[in-house]
Amino acid sequence: MRVYLDNSATTRLDNDALEAMLPYFTEKYGNPSSLHSFGREALKAVDEARAEIASLIGAKTNEIYFTSGGSESDNWALKGAIYQSKAKVKHIVTTAIEHPAIIETCEYLEKKDGVKVSYVPVGKDGRVDVESIKNAVTDDTVIVSVMFANNEMGAIQPIKEIGAFCREEGILFHTDAVQAMDSQAIDVNDLNIDMLSMSAHKFHGPKGIGALYIRSGVRIERLIAGGHQERRGRAGTTDTPLIVGMAAALKKAVAMRDEVNARVQKLRDDFIDRVLKEIPYTYLNGGREHRLPNNINFSFGYIEGESILINLDLNGIAVSSGSACSSGSLEPSHVILALGVPEELAHSSIRFSLGRDTTEEEMEYTFNVLKETVEKLRSISPLFNMEKGTGSYV
Amino acid sequence: MYNEKVLKVFQNPSNAGELQDANGVGTIGNASCGDIMKIYLKIVDDVIVDAKFKTFGCAAAIATASVATDMVIGKTVDEALKIKNADVVDFLGGLPPQKIHCSVLAEEAIHAAVEDYRNRQQAK
Repeated sequence: MRVYLDNSATTRLDNDALEAMLPYFTEKYGNPSSLHSFGREALKAVDEARAEIASLIGAKTNEIYFTSGGSESDNWALKGAIYQSKAKVKHIVTTAIEHPAIIETCEYLEKKDGVKVSYVPVGKDGRVDVESIKNAVTDDTVIVSVMFANNEMGAIQPIKEIGAFCREEGILFHTDAVQAMDSQAIDVNDLNIDMLSMSAHKFHGPKGIGALYIRSGVRIERLIAGGHQERRGRAGTTDTPLIVGMAAALKKAVAMRDEVNARVQKLRDDFIDRVLKEIPYTYLNGGREHRLPNNINFSFGYIEGESILINLDLNGIAVSSGSACSSGSLEPSHVILALGVPEELAHSSIRFSLGRDTTEEEMEYTFNVLKETVEKLRSISPLFNMEKGTGSYV
Repeated sequence: MYNEKVLKVFQNPSNAGELQDANGVGTIGNASCGDIMKIYLKIVDDVIVDAKFKTFGCAAAIATASVATDMVIGKTVDEALKIKNADVVDFLGGLPPQKIHCSVLAEEAIHAAVEDYRNRQQAK
């Protein structure tokens, strides 16, 4: 049996999205910037896709700028806002659990441009406290960037409260909504979001395409210089098929949202309950409330995450791990550590990210393989005593 | 990133577990770094007659522990000390670059186990 539980890494391309894309590879291949009929038919498709995506988040059509994906959108939002600002001292407020596309962009701006950055910590439940954001903001704060929902442990952040605060203070508010687009109802006006990053392949769209929503009136410097595409915001030939696929995928994901959320969340909750009950020394990372319906993240005591991942993989189950060993770095996941989880347990964290295709049968199979895997690895762990059924890290 | 051989050894490692009558035990690494390698040796007349391991770590760490313990069984202590992590890596048909340190752990754990054995002999 092959079970895909890594939907936060990427998703299967939706069949309808694929169908919608195909003509734009081979028949309607014109450059949307061209004046002739080939160009015009491509431009029409891009315009419609832009309008569709805009309407799904309560935005205006001309507020959607296509990019190559979430990372580019995150880079552009932060660098664009900082480079646009003429202030002498510039400050960014973000959180300790952001995606590397945000964290590393902040670190780049700190090093290269002397920008000051506050990385606001989160609680055990993985949520940032709105008061901590308020306290971190100074007179020099150019932009606040807080992710909509975390990619590793699924904590949904208090975006509405942060948005309201930033609006009141007149500070730009950006959110990386890459993990939230399919499951969360997002209205940029209701939430007072000024900029929002999204990526198509996280909601069953194609890879290599994303967008940055930029509220009209907000000006940021462009990152990619060249042609006049995207209202001179982002140069590069407009990728018609990917844009068409992205809009079709988002439209479908939003239409299916309530049904999928309910079904997936039930699978998630049943799995969490069962693992906590039947596999000892297992810890759920992040809280159960305000959690993405498809996210499960556990640490398994006395064993290491990458070996769990590989053993599951050898049984056809695809998951991801926050262990240092699986990423090639020496440090375990900064997100799991930010929850206050000790390093040895951060090394043993495993994320199961469900999707709309996930079935009960798959979760049953995954539970059984997981239980065997944990027992097998504990039997060879120097930290665990099988006879006594207990372990110790010292 | 792992080759078939590494995966196969990881799935069915030899010598996994504790060795009750070991007279040389070496432990390297710590849990907060994500790797602990513990090697048990039973040495009779300077020959390693049995070896077992327990590992907290990734698939590469478990596979190298399996291969390293296989390699030392039947060897004299001096011969075992000459086994290098590169020998273990070669036997496995290579490891991803970031996993080479796992094979070093196995080599170090064997050295630590031999040192423990020698200390015990001296104490007698």
